[in-house]
Amino acid sequence: MACVKSQQCSVWVGAETGILKGVCVSRKQVYNFCEMRNLSRDEEICTITWGDEHESEVLIGSVNGRVKTFSTEKGIFTESRECADLTHGRFTGLAVTDRSLITCVESGLLKVWPEAGNETVEINVGSGVCRMRQNSSERHHVATGGKENPLKVWDLQRPDTPIFTAKNVANDWLDLRVPVWVRDMAFLTQSNKIITCTGHHQVRVYDPSCQRRPVLEAEFGEVPLTALSVPPGENSVVVGNTHGQLATLDLRKGLVRGCMKGTAGSVRGLQCHPSLPLVASCGLDRFLRIHNLQDRTLIHKVYLKSRLNCVLLSSRDLQQSVSEEEEQLGETKTEEDEVWDAMETVTEKSSKRAAQDEDEVRDAQERDKKKKTKK
Amino acid sequence: MDFVEVPVSEDLPSSKGKVKKQKKQKEIREKAAENVETEPEPAEAPGCSLPPTFSLKEIKNKQRRHLMFMKLKQEKRQQKLQLRKKRKKEREALGDKAPPKEVPKTIENQRIYDETTVDPEDEEVAFDEGTDEFSAYFNKLINPKVLITTSDRPRGRTVRFCEQLATVIPNAYVYYRRGLALKRIIPQCISRDFTYLIVINEDRKVPNGMILCHLPEGPTAHFKVSSVRLRKEMKRRGKDPTEHYPEVILNNFTTRLGHSIGRMFAALFPQDPQFVGRQVATFHNQRDFIFFRFHRYIFKNEKKVGIQELGPRFTLKLRSLQKGTFDSKFGEYEWVHKRHEMDTSRRKFHL
Repeated sequence: MACVKSQQCSVWVGAETGILKGVCVSRKQVYNFCEMRNLSRDEEICTITWGDEHESEVLIGSVNGRVKTFSTEKGIFTESRECADLTHGRFTGLAVTDRSLITCVESGLLKVWPEAGNETVEINVGSGVCRMRQNSSERHHVATGGKENPLKVWDLQRPDTPIFTAKNVANDWLDLRVPVWVRDMAFLTQSNKIITCTGHHQVRVYDPSCQRRPVLEAEFGEVPLTALSVPPGENSVVVGNTHGQLATLDLRKGLVRGCMKGTAGSVRGLQCHPSLPLVASCGLDRFLRIHNLQDRTLIHKVYLKSRLNCVLLSSRDLQQSVSEEEEQLGETKTEEDEVWDAMETVTEKSSKRAAQDEDEVRDAQERDKKKKTKK
Repeated sequence: MDFVEVPVSEDLPSSKGKVKKQKKQKEIREKAAENVETEPEPAEAPGCSLPPTFSLKEIKNKQRRHLMFMKLKQEKRQQKLQLRKKRKKEREALGDKAPPKEVPKTIENQRIYDETTVDPEDEEVAFDEGTDEFSAYFNKLINPKVLITTSDRPRGRTVRFCEQLATVIPNAYVYYRRGLALKRIIPQCISRDFTYLIVINEDRKVPNGMILCHLPEGPTAHFKVSSVRLRKEMKRRGKDPTEHYPEVILNNFTTRLGHSIGRMFAALFPQDPQFVGRQVATFHNQRDFIFFRFHRYIFKNEKKVGIQELGPRFTLKLRSLQKGTFDSKFGEYEWVHKRHEMDTSRRKFHL
């Protein structure tokens, strides 16, 4: 039974009570993958990530320093190993490279655990780490940052020095130092840039090939930003803050494109779908929400009973995951068709708009002519 | 100016031919007459030959308009009374067989279903509540100890309100703020084993806000305070309350958020009330407003109970619930009331 349930799920959410929740959006069903008898607060899930490229394993980092592997095909926890002790703080990031596991904790201890059980590589990235993220195209590059700990990019093959360390921005108009507090970051793989959000409500874009200071700085709201995610096009970014405000910012000028409504509490987890214009958010208000990024409407809203810490979206289509099992062959075709349809509509729209513009221009000209004749 | 304007219905096109107009008027009058014959509806004015679409607004003489309006109103009222009498008679005639009275529609019983409503048998919520910040209190490990303070330089009613609040809540101490920052007060409170910090905010000598901060780990709730009535201003109040631990009644806290707030209020008072004191503190939630009342009760005989209000009374409305101790700048909010997003329906309630 468990395996059938877990195969249907397209969204995975880690809760503060230590429960891994799988959500099947199209059937509007929620499954708890945990034994309800022996729950404890020590197993609070801090981070969540995919264990492999086929998305058949979910890795979970819990507060007590254990990393568990959950198999989505079998629907059970297959492995559990001790990766940190409680004195180092909670996990801030988990990542997988080919056959090794990368963990990072709040105290700044970044470890690489090879699968064969050889010696671990340890890097001290500095204290007060808030987040560690992996570059999805070059998987041995990770970025770290935290409170009074600037953004650093590490190459795990040469762990001695970071390949990029951000420099703090210039002093403010009172000539005072600007405090550093990186809360979340993401790699822009197309343009080799890194984007961060801070606890002082700034969004910054760094270009390592160009300079150590940010190339773009934007502000959103007045309260700390907690999470960030980059949608597929990579020309905008979705940020969430502690008051539950979600917004998309444009990365060309750093302006707010629009806000997404509905969130009541602090946003803890945010992820964009890798191909579709969807963003999933979860947080302290105990709801999982899925918004459309194009018109920013709320598509799904699921009550999950516990405070939620992190969210993970599978790369397949959320709506059609159910029928996928029943008719896989036809499914792929329709999916492709839909993708093409979507693309076509976009081009049509633009062409229409162009046509309209032309029409308008023509109309205006005619009007001018008429006026002239009247005169 | 058009002199031949006739106060008739608006759908009549303003044709220029007078003959046509007259004809049409005739037709309309005939129709009106027919209407009167077929359905004897209460005409707006007796003996008036105006068409049925006529409205009082179109009378241009103010006195006349007023008179007509009063007549209309009186008629309507009389009709209503008659209908009620008739219904009453019918009910009496039917006796026991009368159909049950209809329940009036209120915005509470028409409430939009809230999916976070707590099911008492839910394991997950039970676990969540069993291990939250208040679990130490509910497991009888700690006794509440409350510090009450105000915003800077309290005046008038706020001071008295704090004093009276301290008589309601056992183990409460009122301190002057002395211009101290809450961030510096909180560690001191924790080191002195306080479990609650209450800050009353005042505006123009009237208390208007309350911060309820559970120590040492939070959460912090921010309320709007309104309709404060102190003891002196209440009629038929009893003698001042005694120092016995009161009983606590929490009404209508049904959703998940409501549960958290309810637990927060419950943890303000010591467990094991002293029934000798016969005192009750009530937090009644209705339409997201929390009404506080403080009573003394007495059993007059097996059936009758008398209550006597002791005061003060006030109304709270939740503005935000924050995780952790008070930190409005960097704290994480569990719930923030966003008026324009959340208050879209009058029938939607959050507590």
